Amino acid sequence: MRENKSRELKDKTMSAEEAVSRFIHDGDFIASGGFGHVRVAMAIVYEIVRQKKRNLAMAGKTAVHDLDILVGAGCVNKVEVAYSFGHELRGLSPASRRMVETGQCKVPAETSNAAYQWRFLAGMMGLPFIPSRNLLGTDTGNYSSCKVVKDPFSGKPINLIPAAYPDAAFIHVHRCDVFGNAQIDSTVVEDTELSRCARRLILTTEEIVDDELIRREPWKTKIPFFVVDAVVEVPYGSHPCEMPGMYYYDEELIAEWLDLSKMPEGVDKYLDKYVFSVDTFEEYLELCGGIKKVNYLKRREFLKEPMIAPWRKED
Amino acid sequence: MPIRGVAKGKYRLREYLAFIGASMLDDKRSVLVGTGLPMLAAMLAQKTHAPNLLIMFEAGGVGPQLPELPVSVGESTTYYRGVAASSMHEVMSMCQAGYADYAFLGAAQVDMYGNINTTVIGEHDSPRVRLPGSGGANDGGSFAQKFITIIANQSRRSFVNRVDFLTTPGYLDGPGARERAGLASGSGPYRVITQLGIFDFEEETKRMRLISLHPGVSTAEVKENSEFDIIMSDKLGTSPEPAAQHLQILREEIDPADVVLGK
Repeated sequence: MRENKSRELKDKTMSAEEAVSRFIHDGDFIASGGFGHVRVAMAIVYEIVRQKKRNLAMAGKTAVHDLDILVGAGCVNKVEVAYSFGHELRGLSPASRRMVETGQCKVPAETSNAAYQWRFLAGMMGLPFIPSRNLLGTDTGNYSSCKVVKDPFSGKPINLIPAAYPDAAFIHVHRCDVFGNAQIDSTVVEDTELSRCARRLILTTEEIVDDELIRREPWKTKIPFFVVDAVVEVPYGSHPCEMPGMYYYDEELIAEWLDLSKMPEGVDKYLDKYVFSVDTFEEYLELCGGIKKVNYLKRREFLKEPMIAPWRKED
Repeated sequence: MPIRGVAKGKYRLREYLAFIGASMLDDKRSVLVGTGLPMLAAMLAQKTHAPNLLIMFEAGGVGPQLPELPVSVGESTTYYRGVAASSMHEVMSMCQAGYADYAFLGAAQVDMYGNINTTVIGEHDSPRVRLPGSGGANDGGSFAQKFITIIANQSRRSFVNRVDFLTTPGYLDGPGARERAGLASGSGPYRVITQLGIFDFEEETKRMRLISLHPGVSTAEVKENSEFDIIMSDKLGTSPEPAAQHLQILREEIDPADVVLGK
């Protein structure tokens, strides 16, 4: 099983540039870890834009800011949707909505959050499908990749959710060693399943720690090294999304994106400023307000600063 | 006429809807909560009559004591002082196994059987408006014992004969349809809350029925703002009004930045 995944403990550290050019290819089916605006591998998202990857299909497994940027940038043109094109309380996503409403991004299938995560679970378990009791009787089910069959035990209808095997996944974690043994200090959402069903897996991490630290508390390992293909160290690498227990959303930058992306020219302007004109993630962070902003986001995460909603004015 | 208290400036519409939503949630019950008004309602319930309300979020947060309004159902406040920061598999599996007493959902369109659309307005493949899709709504609507839907703008465009896309199952096309489709028997939509009133579903027909008018609203308004015929309960009541305490908690503790309340 999985000849392409080495069991050897080897150093997998590399740059975001190398990880994306080696492991993400035009036409791939990709999936991003975390949830919406939470614990997102933004360095990889920006690098996909920078390398102008094209014709990517993306898992809309509650994919929000990552997906909005990648659809807006023209990298992703197919989405299987559980939850996409919206920013939860912040409203709908102007960029990716426009791409769908003008036919530039296709939605070949719908599904739900639970069903998407169970696609990954089936993949992780090496099973062709997982039976479930959602999606039944609905258009969401009719437009999904699922099939309804008769449960051989009860004779009642049961939904079968097919396994998914993304070509490449990228997940941001709190810490890991050079081999890819990773700890996540928050909800794992569906990264347990996604990390194990993806054909290629890039981890970005707040910090790389000594292997000894992993081995001292092995019960904390959420992703083991042998499913990992690349380790990229990116402090504050979820920005402008939240990193639970570390820093909050940068609502100002998200508001700037939501405002500028109302127009196609605005998308270009934003990407020029924050992606194409910067060489490193540090440079990008500096552009977003540097250490002062980062310290504010840390205080905000611990509720020591009031909530702000700069995107609300744009309604 | 708008709700009397709203017309008089005593409270705003979303404050009222959050209060009504909270009043549906009993103490020592569990609820799977979606983004927006459902969060406000669950938080208000937890801070008033239902301190032991077990709140669950699809991304893995279980049993939080929410300190402020989360912007996302996945952020760290969704398990603030919680009993578990788990996973989607864990929460959704528990819901499917019957641990969710309620799911609390938003909607763009609803029909007389309580079926919900949050996917597209217009045709699926060439939508007039592309909405975010199911998210966890289909799951909540399929798995929870009872689900509550909140729509802040009941009109002939949101209360429709046929939803443009059936995202989340209400009673589908009538009595017995959920069971025939394979959904858990006895589950289904429980209440619909709008800016005009509160609705349940008539037992025999599974059709939406007005059970309570918000203060100052007439039955004619409810009928005018629906494409389908709404059954009138013969025990039609008047919805309660929030106390000063409810409003204070909503404004000062739950959403001081006016993120949802100010919409």
